[in-house]
Amino acid sequence: MDSLQQRSSTVQEPPGAAPAHRPTPPPAWQPRTDPAPLLPEAEPLRVLGTEAVADADPALLLRLYAELIRGRRYNTQATALTKQGRLAVYPSTTGQEACEIGAALALEERDWLFPSYRDTLAAVARGLDPVQALTLLRGDWHTGYDPREHRIAPLSTPLATQLPHAVGLAHAARLKGDDVVALAMVGDGGTSEGDFHEALNFAAVWKAPVVFFVQNNGFAISVPLAKQTAAPSLAHKAVGYGMPGRLVDGNDAVAVHQVLTEAVARARRGGGPTLVEAITYRIDAHTNADDATRYRAAGEVETWRAHDPILLLERELTERGLLDEDGRRAAAEAAETMAAELRERMNADPVLDPMDLFSHVYAEQTAQLREQAAQLRAELDAEGEA
Amino acid sequence: MTTATTGTAAARAAGAAGKPKPATMAQALQRAMRDAMAEDPTVHVMGEDVGTLGGVFRVTDGLAKEFGEDRCTDTPLAEAGILGAAVGMAMYGLRPVVEMQFDAFAYPAFEQLLSHVAKMRNRTRGAMPMPIVIRVPYGGGIGGVEHHSDSSEAYYMATPGLHVVTPATVEDAYGLLRAAIASDDPVVFLEPKRLYWSKSDWSPEAPAPVEPIGKAVVRRRGTGATLITYGPSVPVCLEAAEAAQAEGWDLEVIDLRSLVPFDDETVCASVRRTGRAVVVHESTGFAGPGAEIAARVMERCFHHLEAPVLRVAGFDIPYPPPMLERHHLPGVDRVLDAVARLQWEAQS
Repeated sequence: MDSLQQRSSTVQEPPGAAPAHRPTPPPAWQPRTDPAPLLPEAEPLRVLGTEAVADADPALLLRLYAELIRGRRYNTQATALTKQGRLAVYPSTTGQEACEIGAALALEERDWLFPSYRDTLAAVARGLDPVQALTLLRGDWHTGYDPREHRIAPLSTPLATQLPHAVGLAHAARLKGDDVVALAMVGDGGTSEGDFHEALNFAAVWKAPVVFFVQNNGFAISVPLAKQTAAPSLAHKAVGYGMPGRLVDGNDAVAVHQVLTEAVARARRGGGPTLVEAITYRIDAHTNADDATRYRAAGEVETWRAHDPILLLERELTERGLLDEDGRRAAAEAAETMAAELRERMNADPVLDPMDLFSHVYAEQTAQLREQAAQLRAELDAEGEA
Repeated sequence: MTTATTGTAAARAAGAAGKPKPATMAQALQRAMRDAMAEDPTVHVMGEDVGTLGGVFRVTDGLAKEFGEDRCTDTPLAEAGILGAAVGMAMYGLRPVVEMQFDAFAYPAFEQLLSHVAKMRNRTRGAMPMPIVIRVPYGGGIGGVEHHSDSSEAYYMATPGLHVVTPATVEDAYGLLRAAIASDDPVVFLEPKRLYWSKSDWSPEAPAPVEPIGKAVVRRRGTGATLITYGPSVPVCLEAAEAAQAEGWDLEVIDLRSLVPFDDETVCASVRRTGRAVVVHESTGFAGPGAEIAARVMERCFHHLEAPVLRVAGFDIPYPPPMLERHHLPGVDRVLDAVARLQWEAQS
C-alpha cells in the first residue's frame, strides 16, 4: 500500500495499443491504477477467537481488559448521572468500549485525538480527568479541559466538523517537522456530512498523517445504515479519495487496537491517511432522550449482547489462563472505585461565575461587551442586596 | 485618529527620493501578507487558486514563489475543508490567512465559521484562540454574474466571536490586514472588489501605519449631517458630500472600517454634533448592517437628533444580474435624496 502512495502519480501506461476500431482516449485521460490495494477486506478483521490471537502480547490483552471493564462502568455510571439530573445528557458507548479504548491506546502521548460528542470514553482512556471530560454534558462549561495540554480537541457536537480540524492539525505538525498523528473519530451518520468528504479529500491530497475512525454502530439516532448509505461499506469510501480503507470488528478490542496501531504507524512514517470502519453496535439508546424500542427489535440487541466486547476478551483471557476469578474481581473493584469517585465529584455543585460569560469571547473585551458585563454586574449586585 | 490624508506623509517621504508609484488596493493587500509572512513564519496563506495563479484577483500574486507552496497553498476546491483545515492549523500554532475567492462562495464554510472558528476561544475558556483571517472579496459593481457580488456582512456581524473589518482605502487595506493577521481572534476581512484597482500614492516602501481594529475614521469633516458608511460605499459618500456642497449642505463622512467591534464613540460624537445621520451600504436594508447602526445611533443620540436616522441600502432582493446592478447599488443621487429627506429646511 505504501508503495502505491509513494508514487508521484496514480496514472500508469496503457496495457497495450487500443484496437483500431476503438476511439483513442481523450488526451488528458489515462487508465487509473488498480484500486485493489485501497479496498477494504471482504470481512472485518477479527483477532479474538482466531489463530492470530496467539501472537498478541498478554500484557496488552490484560490492559485492554482492565480498560474495557473500567469503560463499561464509566458508561453505566454516567448514564445513572443523567437519571439523577447531574448530567443534561449522556450518549453512551456501552457495547462500543472496544472501539473507544482500542483506538485511544493506539496513540502516542504526542498524538492528537479529535472526538465526537459520543467519544468521552476515548478521551478518558487517553488519561483525561473523567469530570473534566463531562463538563460539556453537565452544562457547566463547553470544554472542561485545555485541549493543548491533553492533545484532545473539544468534543464536537456538530457532526464530522472535527475531521477537517484533524487534517489541518496533522498537516501543520508535519510542516513543523513533528511526527504527530491525528486520530479523528466519527459515527456512521457523520459519514454522510460534507465535512467528512472534504476532510478525507484534503488529507489524501496533502498526505496528512491522519487516521479516520468510523464507529458504525448501526444507527444515526434512529436511522439505520441502509438508509444512510448505498456504499458496499463505509470503508469502501476510502477508495474514491485514494487512501486505504480497512474494516475491523469493532467489538474485538485486540483487532481494533491492531488495525489502528498499523494505521497510526503508517501515517507517522509518511504513508498518508487511512479510513478505518469498525462494525459495532450501540446497546443503549442514542441518549437518555431517545426511545430505541421505536426503531429496533429487542432480539437484535440480544444478538449483539452475545457479541459483547468484554465477553469476547474475557473468554480469550480465561482460556489462556491469563485471567481468573481474582483478576476479574480486581478489575471490577478498580472500576467501582473510579465510579464512586466520579459519583462523589459529580454530586458536588460546580461553582460558576456568571461574569465568565464575557471573559472568553474575544482576547480583549469589546466596548459593547464591557457595557453588557456592567449590566450583568449590576443585576447580580441587585440580586445580592435583595 | 487618522483621516483621509493617512499615508500621504509616507508618500511625501518617499517623494523626497522620487515620485512614489501609485499602488492599488490589491497590491497593498498583497504587500500586507508578504510583510506578515516575512516577519512571522507561522503565517500561512491558503485557498483555491492563491498559489501559482496568485488568486483570481492577483491579490496573492508572488507569495507562493517567494515563500514556497507550504506557506501559500493551493487547496482543493472546498470552502468548508479550507476553513476547517485552518482551524486545525491554528490549533497547532499557525496563523492561517484563508481566501474565499468570492462572497457567495464562502457559504459552504459557514458551519466551520459559526460553530468552530467564532466559538473555539469561548468553548475552551480562552485556552484555544483562533488567529485566523478569512479574506472575502465582497460586493458588486464589477459586472459579476450571480453569486459573485453578495454583501454578506450582516451574517458575520451577527456572529459573536468574529471581528469584521473592511477597508475603503489603499492605506487601510495594508494597515487593517496587518492588524487582522496580528490579531489573536478570527477576523472576517471583507475586501471591496470594486476598489481592488483603486489607486493611491501610498508607497509599499514606507507602509501605512497598522491601525488597531475597531476604530472608525472621519474621512470628511462637516457640520450639517453625518454619512455613516464603509467599504465600497465610502467613495460614493465622499462624492455625494462634494456634490452636496453645491446645495449648501456640509456633510461629514465616517468610514467605519470595523463593523465588529463597532466604534460607537466616533459615530456618536459626529451625530451629536451634526444632529442628522444617514447610513449607507450596498448590503440589503432589512435586518442589514444599517438596521443595527441606526438603532445604536437612535439609542445613544436621541436627544441630539433633528431628524430620524435614515438608511440608504441595496434593495431587499437577491443580488441582481449585472446589467441591472446600477439600479440596485446605492449611488450618489440616492444618497443626496436621503440627505434632502433629513428635513433640511428645519435647520436654523
